[in-house]
Formats: sequence, structure tokens, C-alpha cells
Amino acid sequence: MIVRNLRQSLIAMVVVTVVFGLGYPAVMTGFAQVAFSHQANGSLITIDGKVVGSGLAAQAFSKPQYFRERLSATSPPYNAGATTFSNLGPTSSALRKQVAVAIAGIMKLEGPYDQGLTVHDIPVDAVTTSGSGIDPDISPAYALLQAHRVAEVRHMSLAAVHRLISENTDGRSLDFFGEPGVNVLKLNLALDRAQGKAS
Amino acid sequence: MTGQGISQVVVYAVVLVALAYPLGLYMARVFGSLRAPRGLGPIERGFYRLLGTDPRREQDWKSYGLTVLVFSLVFSGLLYAVQRLQNHLFLNPDHMKAVPSHLALNTTASFVTNTNWQYYGGESTMSYLTQMAGLAVQQFVSAAVGIAVMVAVIRGIARRTSNSLGNFWVDFYRSLVYVLLPLTLILAVILISQGVPQTFSGHATATTLEGATQVITRGPAASMIAIKQLGTNGGGFWNSNSAVPFENPNGLTNFLEMVAILLIPAAQVFMFGKMVLARRHALMVFAAMFALFVAGVAVNYPAEQHGSQVLRSSGVNLAAGSGQSGGNMQDKEVRFGLASTAVWTTATSDASNGSVNGGLDAQTPAGGAVPLINLFVGEVIFGGVGSGLYGMFFYIVIAIFVAGLMVGRTPEWLGKKIEAREIKYAALGALFVPTMVLAMTAVAIATKLGTASIFNPGAHGFTETLYAYTSQGNNNGSAFAGYGLTNFAAEFGTVALYLGRFVPLLAALALGGSLGRKKAVPASAGTFRTDGATFAVLLVGVIVLTAGLMILPALTLGPIVEGLS
Repeated sequence: MIVRNLRQSLIAMVVVTVVFGLGYPAVMTGFAQVAFSHQANGSLITIDGKVVGSGLAAQAFSKPQYFRERLSATSPPYNAGATTFSNLGPTSSALRKQVAVAIAGIMKLEGPYDQGLTVHDIPVDAVTTSGSGIDPDISPAYALLQAHRVAEVRHMSLAAVHRLISENTDGRSLDFFGEPGVNVLKLNLALDRAQGKAS
Repeated sequence: MTGQGISQVVVYAVVLVALAYPLGLYMARVFGSLRAPRGLGPIERGFYRLLGTDPRREQDWKSYGLTVLVFSLVFSGLLYAVQRLQNHLFLNPDHMKAVPSHLALNTTASFVTNTNWQYYGGESTMSYLTQMAGLAVQQFVSAAVGIAVMVAVIRGIARRTSNSLGNFWVDFYRSLVYVLLPLTLILAVILISQGVPQTFSGHATATTLEGATQVITRGPAASMIAIKQLGTNGGGFWNSNSAVPFENPNGLTNFLEMVAILLIPAAQVFMFGKMVLARRHALMVFAAMFALFVAGVAVNYPAEQHGSQVLRSSGVNLAAGSGQSGGNMQDKEVRFGLASTAVWTTATSDASNGSVNGGLDAQTPAGGAVPLINLFVGEVIFGGVGSGLYGMFFYIVIAIFVAGLMVGRTPEWLGKKIEAREIKYAALGALFVPTMVLAMTAVAIATKLGTASIFNPGAHGFTETLYAYTSQGNNNGSAFAGYGLTNFAAEFGTVALYLGRFVPLLAALALGGSLGRKKAVPASAGTFRTDGATFAVLLVGVIVLTAGLMILPALTLGPIVEGLS
């Protein structure tokens, strides 16, 4: 009986692996490349034929004319090749430090452009790491907080920046599922485009 | 919490039931007769001819169980070999090295047992070939094996004075081709359209706006993620699983992936009702599961919205509304927010799925206790594909036994007397894994070999350890992901994975075999009714007491201490 089972198992293994392990993904890939080639290849964003990022991945921004992403626990930050959570427990001292450093950084960066800024104005997504480390979105609240700085550095009106924020806000899917988020890379690209320069 | 968030939870529950009910009836048809769907008969018969099995020749529970064991072990060999040899094989555009032996061993056990515990980051460890022809194949196969075993056990409940439970290869083929494949195709196509990559090209390289180089991993992901969600597998293409935008790009994909987690586990309850001709009984089982699911969301969502002590005392704005969903956003994604992450966390730990759309390790003590308790209940709140329902049968038998003791009569279940033998199998099935998990946690906490894996200090580190062995023993696969890989953790985990899968599986088959041999007894005035609300309440009580009492002491050492500190 064991021998019979072994023989049947081996045959089934080969058949299933070929059909479900090679055939099925190959067919799906063929379909995807024809029907949805932009999505299937990583939703890449290109400018003049050069890939500048993906609409589905955060990237590092440090210049003052750009909106900042959320914090990232990957190494280096925003590493789309090795995603990770922070895994810091809710009472961890490392978490306490992360939050304190983030708050101080935001107060220092944004404070000069927004006189009334207090800690309570900082939305929680601005001081926490994302789940993937490459969350492409920030909350609309965090975008509005940064708008003062970006507008002033770029010599744009606050209203113009607000308009670009709302243009680059992904609402809930079908107006219902999930939460709204502002795609930082797309927003920064739109700002550059509005001012007619690459960076 | 917001009204919008709560309505997302309600819509989820409604859509789930609306899809699961017809699917359950369809599954009852698939497994109820030998006739194949129109036009597909020749392919199915070809498979049986190739294997040299006569679909009409059925197996008793021992023979069925032996086939499952041999098949699973043979496939383990292949999966191990593919990982170890991936650097020499094709479809490795990103030049992944061979997977180290201990990691490969644990990963093999993890995927063959429908667990998908991951001590690795997929995008930085596995070649495309390993992902699709190794791991994703097991996501189909382990799910189909689970469904097959469940169907066999149900036949035992339905049949009278019969030794046979069905032909494994028939049940396996039908689960795979008529249930899993069509659902997977639909979900994969939707995911691709929304932005989940599906390509054989290696990673892309971007030059960012500030001139840095960013590597963007991709691959044949959508085809894997669809079955990962539908087959209660949970093992993602990327390390951060469905928190990664490439794996779960927006609110819609998040909703559909969440529905996929519980779809078949919910449908199989309706299938059971149809196959044993006891619709109201199945409905009560469903009600018990549903109540426990709702309880999980009702604890996790407000706890996470309230936020952790560290975040609250920092002074930042945690309030929902005015441009954010607020709450404990550590290790969570903006596009999902709090409500969707709470439903996902509860669903994935009710089912033996284990995928996550946000980190569990960073959840609040009360929020994080929800998945831990759900796991400990043994994945029977809908539970794993197949395994959830046969696991629930253990609790049903115990509940009926308890009811029988109270009224002082021999207990009966669907016209079958429940006697000493059935109670033994049910007790083995229900208690083996929690006992093993507690013992293994004790060893892992008491030895240097075990504590080397701990990431967070103090009570949280204990919870990480408890969660690791609970997740592997109950074949869930989610993690308080700080818990790290060592040789000891890999080997110890492998034992938990295999025993946690196959001991309950064989106990369920034995239970089915034993029930199948029995004569039916007509219901009398003294029969405890299993089709009313009393039964549903009793079932919930038995589950909460059995599992709850076992985990309570451990909970006090982990989340409770942490919540108080």
C-alpha cells in the first residue's frame, strides 16, 4: 500500500507542480503583460524614459521643497527590496525614542514656516513607521501640515499647494473602502511639474 | 472609531455571508456526486488514469490518512530541494542564493502544513521559481488536502454503517480544480488590474527625485497572492506581506483579500449543512463562529483606535477624522487605516491564514491579544480551509458530550451516538495542540537557545515567544515578527508545524471513521437539540472555556502584564 501511495504521490506531485506551479503563473503573466502591463511591471513612473520610482513605493525625500514620507523601518529607509515592520512593541523604549525624535524633527523643520504649530497638530502617521516601510501615502492631515513649508520654499501660494495635494489624494476605493491618502511621490512630481523643472 | 469605519466592518460581514452561502452549496454539489461539471470529465478521468486510481474505490480512514501523510511527505522533499537548489535552477533573475538548510527545513514544513510561517523575507530570499513552483504550489496543495480531509470526515458523519470515507485523490482533485482554481483565477485578475505585479522580469531600478538609487522588487506575485489569501495560507511574496503596496495596492484590493481570507472557511459550514442534511445545525455552528469573529473585531478595533501608551503620552493627534484615521498607526498603512486593519487582524487569526496588512508586534496589548487568543482557540472560528471545520467538530462533540452529562443521557450528534471512542478522538484533536504549544513555549522561554530569538524585552518578549509556537502549532503563520530565526527556533518550529497539522488531521479522520461505522438512532424527546440557539451558546461556552482556561495563565505573563505596566 505504501508503494502504491508513493507512486501515486510522485505522479500527482509532478502533474500539480507543472500545472499550478509553472502553467498557471505563466498564463497569468502572459495575460497581465498584455492587458495591464503598467500595473504588472510595478506601476513604474518614468520621466523622459528614465524610471524615477513607483507609484506604489515611498522614496526618501530630504530637500525642503519636497513633502516627506512616513517613517520607514527598512534598512536603508524606503528599501523596496527588503520590506519590514518595525516590530517595536507598544511599551518599548525604542518606540518612545522613535516618536520623540520624529516630533522634534517635525517641530524643527515645519515650525519656522507655521508659527502656531504645536505637538497636538502632528497627526500620528507622521511619527510612526509604516507596515511595509514603503507606504506611498501620508494622511491628508500630514500633507496639510507640510504645505506651509513647501509653499514658502517654492514661492508658491498655499492655495496652489493645497490644490496639488487634493489632486494627488487617493480617496477611498469606490468612495468606500480603506482610507484617503496622499501619494507623496506623485505630489512631489506634480510640484516640480508645476514649476517646470525636473527637480 | 468612526461611523465610516464601522460601516466598513458591517459591509464586510454582509458581503462575506452573501458570497459564502452560494459557494457552500456549490461545494456540496462538487463533493456530493461523482459526476464532473460539463465538459471537464475527460480531464478529470485522465488524472485518475495517470495515477492508476479508480475513483469509485473508496478508502477507510486509515488508508485515507496514510495517503495524505505520504503525499505531504513526498511534496516536502520537493519543496526542500527547490529551495536548496534555487541558485542552480531557472527563473532566478535576481540571483538569489540557495536557502540555508535550517531555514529551508522550517519553510518546507510551514508551507506543506498550510501554515506559511515565514522566517525569511520573500523578496530578498526566494527565487521566482521557488515562489511560484515551490511555495505557491503548496498553497494550492495544502489547502486542497485540508478540504479533502474535511469532506471525508463529513461523509463519516453523514453515512451509516459504512467503513469508507471517500477516495482521497478524487476529493483532492475536485478541491483543487473545481473550488480553488476558479476562485484564484478571478482574484488574481482583479489584483493584477489594481497594481499587483505579475512579471518574470527581475527587479526594476529607479533613480529617485533626489538622485538616489532605489531597487524595486517585483515578480510573479499576483498569481501567488490570490491563492495565499483564498487557501488560508498567508505566506506573502514580500516580507511585510499584505502591508506592502505591491501586494495590496488599495482599499478595494484590501477588502477583496480580506473577503478571500474567510470565504471558503465560511462557505464550508454551509456545505456541511447541505451534505449532512442539517441546515439549521450548520447555521448554529456558523452563528457561534460569527459571534466569536465579531467579538474579536469589537476588542481589536477600539483598542487600536485608542492607541498605545507611548503614542498617547507623546501628545500627537490620535483622533480619527480631520484628515487621518488616527490611533495606533505604528506598523500600519495609511490607505487601510484602523478599521480595515482590525478586521484583517481578526479574520486572519480566526482563519488559519496568517497574512497581515499591518504589523502585529506593534499592536496594543489588548489589540494584540485578540489574534493570540484566536490562534489558541485552534483556528476553528471559521478556521483554516478544511481544517477549520474538522477542528470545530472536536468542539461540537465535546459540547454535545457536556450537554449529555447535564441531562444524563447518551449524547447524540446528527443521529449518531457519541461514545467513549469519539470523545477520546475529540479530546485528542482539541487538546493536543494547545498542550504542545504551552510545553514548547515553556522550553523556549527557559533555555538560552530559545530566548535568543526574542526581539522586544520583558513581557512583550514572552508574548513573541508564545505567539511564535502558537502560530506554528496551530498552522496559522502570522507572527509577532520580531521573533528571530536561530537553528533551534527553526527545528523546534518544524516539530510544532508537522505535529500541529497531522495529529488533529488524523484524529478528525478517526472520528469520521468511527461515526461512519455507527447505525443511526432516531431522535427522541430526550435528544439534546443541536439546531437551536441553546446549542450555539453552549458551543461558544465550551470553546471559550476549553481554550480560554488553557491560555489564561500564559496571557497573564504576556499581554496582561504589559497592559498593566
